[in-house]
Amino acid sequence: MEAGMVKPAPALVRFSGIQKTYDGEHLVVKNLDLDIRKGEFITLLGPSGSGKTTTLMMLAGFEVPTQGEIYLAERPIKNVPPHKRDIGMVFQNYALFPHLTIAENIAFPLSVRNTSKAEAQERVSAALRMIKMEALAHRRPGQLSGGQQQRVALARALVFNPQLVLMDEPLGALDKRLREQMQLEIKQLHETMGITVVYVTHDQSEALTMSDRIAVFNDGIVQQIDRPDALYEHPVNSFVAHFIGENNVLAGTVETVEKEYCRVALAGGGAVTARAVNVSGVGASTSLSVRPERIAIIPDGGAGDGPNRLPAKVQNTIYLGDHALAVLDVAGNGKFMVKLQPGTHDSLRHGEGVFITFRPEDCLALNPV
Amino acid sequence: MTAALLTGADAKTEVPLKRRLRRAERRRQAKALALVLPLLLFLLFTFAGPIAGMLWRAVDDHEVRQILPQAVAALASWDSKDLPDEKAYAALASDILAARASGTIAIAAKRLNYALNGFRTILTSTARNLKAAPEPGTAKEALVKINPAWRERTTWTTIKDASGPVTGFYLLAALDLTRNVDGAIVATAPDQAIYREVFARTFLISLSVTALCLMLGFPVAYLLATLPPGRSNLLMIFVLLPFWTSLLVRTCAWIVLLQSKGVVNDSLHWLGIIDEPLRLIYNRFGVCVAMTHVLLPFMILPLYSSMKAISPAYMRAAASLGAPPLTAFLRIYLPQTLPGIGAGSLLVFILALGYYITPALVGGAADQMISYFIALYTTETANWGLASALGAVLLLATVLLALVYGKLVQGQQVTGGMKN
Repeated sequence: MEAGMVKPAPALVRFSGIQKTYDGEHLVVKNLDLDIRKGEFITLLGPSGSGKTTTLMMLAGFEVPTQGEIYLAERPIKNVPPHKRDIGMVFQNYALFPHLTIAENIAFPLSVRNTSKAEAQERVSAALRMIKMEALAHRRPGQLSGGQQQRVALARALVFNPQLVLMDEPLGALDKRLREQMQLEIKQLHETMGITVVYVTHDQSEALTMSDRIAVFNDGIVQQIDRPDALYEHPVNSFVAHFIGENNVLAGTVETVEKEYCRVALAGGGAVTARAVNVSGVGASTSLSVRPERIAIIPDGGAGDGPNRLPAKVQNTIYLGDHALAVLDVAGNGKFMVKLQPGTHDSLRHGEGVFITFRPEDCLALNPV
Repeated sequence: MTAALLTGADAKTEVPLKRRLRRAERRRQAKALALVLPLLLFLLFTFAGPIAGMLWRAVDDHEVRQILPQAVAALASWDSKDLPDEKAYAALASDILAARASGTIAIAAKRLNYALNGFRTILTSTARNLKAAPEPGTAKEALVKINPAWRERTTWTTIKDASGPVTGFYLLAALDLTRNVDGAIVATAPDQAIYREVFARTFLISLSVTALCLMLGFPVAYLLATLPPGRSNLLMIFVLLPFWTSLLVRTCAWIVLLQSKGVVNDSLHWLGIIDEPLRLIYNRFGVCVAMTHVLLPFMILPLYSSMKAISPAYMRAAASLGAPPLTAFLRIYLPQTLPGIGAGSLLVFILALGYYITPALVGGAADQMISYFIALYTTETANWGLASALGAVLLLATVLLALVYGKLVQGQQVTGGMKN
């Protein structure tokens, strides 16, 4: 340690060189290094089989890392059994004990800790108040709706004030409206209680809504860890660009590179200037990524220039209430989406030739897919 | 006008609609009934009918009524306090002569002998020595001369008690109870009372076998429910193997294994653990071992099915909430297997209650269960009344147990749980 350097706040959880294999042949998690800060809401996001749930299970203690060590509050926990880790967990299907009432379910973590009866009762009532379910205390889980069960599972995982709360796709079984409502409730709980949450989901909008930071998993590797807006604006590779938000892909070859920008010849004809985020050099193939809302449509022969102007043919328009999408054929990509300003979608006709234009900084040259 | 017509039409069509609905319902019910009718008839004739018939035999008492009709009629008005009057003696004498002529006297003698030991001799000696109908007024004298037992009140109350048409005699006898000379229900003489002890023994053996099955079956069921499918299927085959072998073969196999020159004793002797062969068979030990082996699958299968329904997430949840493995098992896992434990135990217990072949083959005289006596009275001594009464008591106990279990399960009902 150099004198005078400010020591950074230690991470609450530190994954150090973690590898995990189930069959001895394929690594489900390949060399994971990840710090989770105290008080943050971090989401492990990725498609199924990407290693995010395995990572969570290793943290909870239900899976043992094949290699590496996990530290919780500076203490190695690889060999600490789950019940001694003091980590609350909310399961995918809630896992409420069916033979116990709601109050008994919430009291369970307190009773196994030999909390005094009076205190347990007080904390259970407080937890029931928090989830606004005092009236249902003596029901059984089977008599509750999915959303209510979810709240009980949350209350049960929080009632013993764990230093860390894990959530494994807790909203997966709920319908869309309830899911969105619960997202806000969980976010609010996180903010008011100041707890550290590790949340696993494959739903990118859920991750964007709730997280302080998101770790995008694919293929057993963390592709990128960053704030939601940074992931959206500055994805480091094609996978992240594609997984977070809507995204148009154009294939091409790098012609020239100049500082942060490069000129790319498209495979379907034409050339555009893009930000060189993840290209290996001149002559390399690349995938361009452009967000649908960063593109403007100008009618044939209309004004507007700049380096990125491509001919397009209207395939279809889709009305979505608050906005509309135009599906275009651009440089061989027949599913090129452009978000339209409200009220402009009916001016486009099927088969009509138009031009699209976007700024070079909104077009990212990434690794080829 | 139009409106009135319309409502009129409505009112008119409403009734046929209801009737149509009823007709449709009836057709559906008839179809359902037609589907189960063959089985229903089969069960009625082969199962419900015979059982009802046997139960009826437990209270049926028609032999004496049929064979000694005049005596029964004469005793109907007798108050059982003193000896009956001359009329009864005359009626009995006439009945005995008639029965002797038709050769039915032995049947009545057998029935009366159940109630009073020695009655067979009284009746047959009287029948043999009564040459002709006694002169009017001398019937009592004549009968008492042949056998002084006719001067005993017990002799007559026995006939009166057996005069039917229904009797509690067999049911009382099955519980080691009897009526004394004054008609009060009293315990059977200690040297003749055996059924209470046999029932207690039957329940004790069944209970031991159930407990053994539970202790041995629970871990196996747990393993079955938690192993990966491939290995659990293999294990399941081993569990089911006894089902595919005849009960008799399995029981005889235990005789081969457990007898004094059997495999187990020889092995122990060879290993130098014992010098003298252990007595492993023809006693309670052998009965319990063989019955447990035969009944184990009936315990394992309900346990397995209840454990299979318990998601592993519950144990993980319990661990994540801070419960050590044993606490999690006792407070989360075990309570959820209670319906399986109840179903398996009840099944094994009820099956064990009725066990006959296994105790008969590998048990000693003191290990015979109630079904042995039922079989004895049915096939050997043809005392169907007592056999039926013993069966009825056993059936009643079983039904009571099933009801108690039903109540317990209802109170324990686990609803919902994991929605998957």
